[in-house]
Amino acid sequence: MVNLSVKIGSLALKNPVMTASGTFGYGEEYAEFFDLNELGAIVVKGLSVTPRQGNPTPRIVETPAGMLNAIGLQNIGIKAFIQDKLPFLRRFATPVIANFFGDTINEYVRAAEELSAAGGVHALEMNISCPNKQAGWIVFGTDPKTMEQVVSAVRKTTSLPLIVKLSPNVTDIGCMARVAEQCGADAVSVINTLTGMVVDIKKRRPVLANATGGLSGPAIRPIAVRMVWEVYKAVKIPVIGMGGIMTARDALEFFIAGARAIAVGTANFINPVAPVEIRNGIAEFLREEGLSDINDIVGSLSITPKT
Amino acid sequence: MSSAAPVSRSFRAEIVENSSRGNSFKLLAVTPLTGTISPEPGQFYMLQAADSYDPLLKRPFSIFESAGEQLKFLYRIRGKGTLSLSRLKEGARITIIGPLGNSYPDPQGDFIAVAGGVGIASLFPLLSKHAGKAHLFYGARNSDELVFATESGTLVKGISIATDDGSAGEKGFITEHLRHCLGALPGPAHRLPVYACGPTPMLKAVAQMAHERGLSCYVSLEEHMACGIGACLGCMVKTVSGQKRVCKEGPVFEAGDVVW
Repeated sequence: MVNLSVKIGSLALKNPVMTASGTFGYGEEYAEFFDLNELGAIVVKGLSVTPRQGNPTPRIVETPAGMLNAIGLQNIGIKAFIQDKLPFLRRFATPVIANFFGDTINEYVRAAEELSAAGGVHALEMNISCPNKQAGWIVFGTDPKTMEQVVSAVRKTTSLPLIVKLSPNVTDIGCMARVAEQCGADAVSVINTLTGMVVDIKKRRPVLANATGGLSGPAIRPIAVRMVWEVYKAVKIPVIGMGGIMTARDALEFFIAGARAIAVGTANFINPVAPVEIRNGIAEFLREEGLSDINDIVGSLSITPKT
Repeated sequence: MSSAAPVSRSFRAEIVENSSRGNSFKLLAVTPLTGTISPEPGQFYMLQAADSYDPLLKRPFSIFESAGEQLKFLYRIRGKGTLSLSRLKEGARITIIGPLGNSYPDPQGDFIAVAGGVGIASLFPLLSKHAGKAHLFYGARNSDELVFATESGTLVKGISIATDDGSAGEKGFITEHLRHCLGALPGPAHRLPVYACGPTPMLKAVAQMAHERGLSCYVSLEEHMACGIGACLGCMVKTVSGQKRVCKEGPVFEAGDVVW
């Protein structure tokens, strides 16, 4: 019997396969395709205190082995989430991780407060890839000082396990991970989408109504694996790896590079049962390798030259 | 198909036909390898475009025909995804999600169907299900793009055709022809519900025409989508009651609900 259970701070997961925020709605759409109890954790679509309408269409454009999205953080708001979506999610023996964001530190704090008090939310994942209105549109997750302020403020607000989802649009992601750790984060998610653009050459205009969008899918996987490895070396808190994971083989790269859990994102759009197939594939690989515990493979990357 | 196989909206299927219809259309027929759910007219499926990650996303296609164990899709080769799909040979296996979305409400009696180009793919099963009830207005760029006009003609009470270049039927947009004909339809025809699928400008014109005459009108919309099941929020459309997902609350909407 292979042990797939892992711990993210005080949060125990029966297996290390989560869903990436923004790719799994609030779980309902996928419940028709598989039993959500099969998941290690469900990470719901990013929530804000007040509902958001998001960006105009087109919001999605395909890229080589990837896609750009500019959904614009459309969501139903925390109140509606607690009232309309949480009761459904509480039926499953799978931890719910609420991804959340704000435009100001105060909005982050309020969101964390409301989600912590809801009951049925087992951990919080902070999306710090939003521009800070008060600080003149500096993105929270790309400036260490603003990041320190917002993570510290949220840490004081909640006793739930706190995961900080790091932006890859920085020079030194290890440095940003250390800031999160120093501010009391229990774990970091690595990585969020990379900013990209697709141009319509006939119209000489960006394809997306928002001009730029977040690149996801297999195209970003090597960058994500590299960043997981850098973050793993930089901090002691667990790393949750994500970015273009389509198969168990992809997921295993992340574990070896240092991830304690992984999240499946864009693959959900293409194959709604991808997380279950990936979990099964991980177990199969461990059996084939004669390993009995997923934790034994975490950070097992060797970079010493072959002799 | 094994009767013991689980029924799911996510399944593998074998291609049994992928043949050309005119210069730019193809008809794809597949046999699912496991049990599937029967589609309703207006619903769609997400089809895997290629065996690689480029193109990455599945593509949405209206169900054209559901005959026995086979599902048929009529598509136009437009971009990378449909080009990849067009190259798949008989015997190849692909993954499919569906049927997805809502369907056309059943017309209670006679009705008007307006198809623009590949929009015929979505309306064809409705014409089939309610054979002999529709007045079909079918427009295309030219006669080559007027696929399945003969077959559609056998399913309807009457068919009016228009092409942009006049190579078949009336010259001009089908909406102009519809406007001209609406007043001339026999008996209570001026009160018939309208069902339309085609390019957005055509749908907007049909919706406007129906609104002016107080006709109920249903349109099938198209938007870029990644998942097709309501999770990605890529395919939102503005309606009088807020934003809705084309893949989940649609693709069929009451024309009066859509903010054009």
